[in-house]
Amino acid sequence: MKILVAVKRVIDYNVQVRVKEDNTGVVTENVKMSTNPPDDNAIEEAVKIKESGKAKEVVAITIGEEKAQETVRKALAVGADRGIHVRTDGVVEPLAVSKILKKIVEKENPDLVFMGKQAIDDDCNQTGQMLAALLNWPQATFASKITVKEKLLEVIREVDEGLETVEVNIPAVVTCDLRLNEPRYASLPNIMKAKKKPLEQINFSDLGVDIKSKIEQIKVEDPPKRKGGIKVSSVAELVQKLKNEAKVI
Amino acid sequence: MSVLLIAEHNNKEVKPFTLNAITAATQIDKDLHILVIGNKADSVAKSLSEVPNVKKIIHIDNEIYENYLAENFTPIIVKYAESYSHILCSANTFGKNLMPRVSALLDISQVSDIIKVISSDTFLRPIYAGNALATIKSTDKKKCITIRPTSFDPAPTSGGSAEIVKGEAKESFQKIKFIKREEVKSDRPELGTARVVISGGRGMQKAENFKLITAIADKLNAAVGASRAAVDAGYISNDHQVGQTGKVVVPDLYIAVGISGAIQHLAGMKESKVIVAINKDGEAPIFSIADYGLEADLFDALPKFLEELNKLNTIQK
Ligand SMILES: Cc1cc2nc3c(=O)[nH]c(=O)nc-3n(C[C@H](O)[C@H](O)[C@H](O)COP(=O)(O)OP(=O)(O)OC[C@H]3O[C@@H](n4cnc5c(N)ncnc54)[C@H](O)[C@@H]3O)c2cc1C
Ligand SMILES: Nc1ncnc2c1ncn2[C@@H]1O[C@H](COP(=O)(O)O)[C@@H](O)[C@H]1O
Repeated sequence: MKILVAVKRVIDYNVQVRVKEDNTGVVTENVKMSTNPPDDNAIEEAVKIKESGKAKEVVAITIGEEKAQETVRKALAVGADRGIHVRTDGVVEPLAVSKILKKIVEKENPDLVFMGKQAIDDDCNQTGQMLAALLNWPQATFASKITVKEKLLEVIREVDEGLETVEVNIPAVVTCDLRLNEPRYASLPNIMKAKKKPLEQINFSDLGVDIKSKIEQIKVEDPPKRKGGIKVSSVAELVQKLKNEAKVI
Repeated sequence: MSVLLIAEHNNKEVKPFTLNAITAATQIDKDLHILVIGNKADSVAKSLSEVPNVKKIIHIDNEIYENYLAENFTPIIVKYAESYSHILCSANTFGKNLMPRVSALLDISQVSDIIKVISSDTFLRPIYAGNALATIKSTDKKKCITIRPTSFDPAPTSGGSAEIVKGEAKESFQKIKFIKREEVKSDRPELGTARVVISGGRGMQKAENFKLITAIADKLNAAVGASRAAVDAGYISNDHQVGQTGKVVVPDLYIAVGISGAIQHLAGMKESKVIVAINKDGEAPIFSIADYGLEADLFDALPKFLEELNKLNTIQK
């Protein structure tokens, strides 16, 4: 079995994101970038399945500018076998990402595609479902547990009501939740070894996919600021304020 | 052209967020139709037909729709989409799972999680866990949109009388099988729509200590929330998680107990009307957005809080 894992490079989740003064976007210069957190879970799960003997190869793919390669290198350092970088400039919308991924799937013929459930920059939560649709594959989204069985996967999904279990035939797309597993850290020797693993670069223009933006970003603003509140000195004062000042209890 | 909203329901009742989505939908266009896909969901179609401003209900009934699998819903929606300018759904796990599948087949760049309708093609949506708000314009001819339900008031449930028309089912998708749903039943209000929410974080230390939270929740008729750390540690189930990757809540009163206030948590609660923070660390970031901060040990403060509430003659429900 072969697993393709999509990893996106995003602003690190610890960074306090700032809106640009001209309202054209957020500041990305000199800002720490990392792999989108649930994509780390996706890689981890794929590597674990390989280690259990149920998969032969894990291929990590990213779509983005030159530096997006770093996320693939990181995936290689934690156990992916091979990397693919599809080079693009500027923002690529989830629909376009899913079209590029479809082309790669047709070329690579993986049995499974693992992705994150949501990118923490655009917060779209779309790409996996879109790829599944374009491939006419089943989709197991928001996965918090994956069990590989003969020709199918049993997946526990986190939904608003609680947990849901589905069985999807292979091939399938799975989008991963943060609770799926505990991603490992890359050790220094493995980071060194990863530098020798193959990383193929492809220009998106060679894939024959139209990735023109269909969503215009008109402006990006700060959210309204909350006025700072007060500190109360006791529980009694808190209850009195909630009752008589805020009038919420 | 008209707007098509996909109803979320459990085959018996409409899920409350569908009503919030209706409000957003009518802000886009007055000609609103609702698609009810379900199994023996006549009562759902009927109750939605009574919502004012809804012009038509299209009801597709078949046992294959029992568990709302996106793979089965999608072909129906794609078929009806032809006659509509906007396809809408609420941005909860139901809509998030479903809409992109529809959108991709229609070759539309979906607009996720809108919090404001600016015009029929321009919307406001949060990005970066709500640290920025983007005004975006969709240039697709048709739009696929998910709506953040807590940003719109629920529509009234009576006074309307839309016609209900039946539609044909499509073939079922054979490559997925629904096994089971473990729903956490509770008598407390739903997290997404509760007037008061009290949430516990890692500071609760263990599952058992959530009793301190639930006792107050019962007193205030509140829903119980949690930080991701509390869910990850197994103190409480995942359906309670508030935040960027959990649920968004906008109650009148949000009480954060033993929660530090990471941006990913704030993303799910910072629009609450009144925020209370109880934390023993005076520097915890949660205090910077709290209207009322109490620097105290929660194991001391929560029992006292309950005691003080018990002293009140009346409590708003
Ligand atoms: C991609 C991504 C998505 C995420 N999504 C979410 C999300 O949706 N929701 C979410 O909540 N988090 C989310 N997180 C996690 C988030 O970054 C924080 O790690 C998490 O919110 C911390 O939870 P906490 O405040 O309970 O724990 P901590 O940060 O450990 O804080 C515990 C607090 O309890 C206080 N405390 C301890 N003991 C006591 C006591 N006895 N009395 C009073 N106070 C006490 C401490 O002072 C501290 O402030 C996400 C993270 C990532 C990377
Ligand atoms: N540019 C990209 N390169 C690789 N993977 C991506 C890219 N964009 C999105 N993805 C994948 O799709 C998931 C969901 O992203 P989104 O739909 O943007 O929230 C991410 O967690 C990634 O696994």
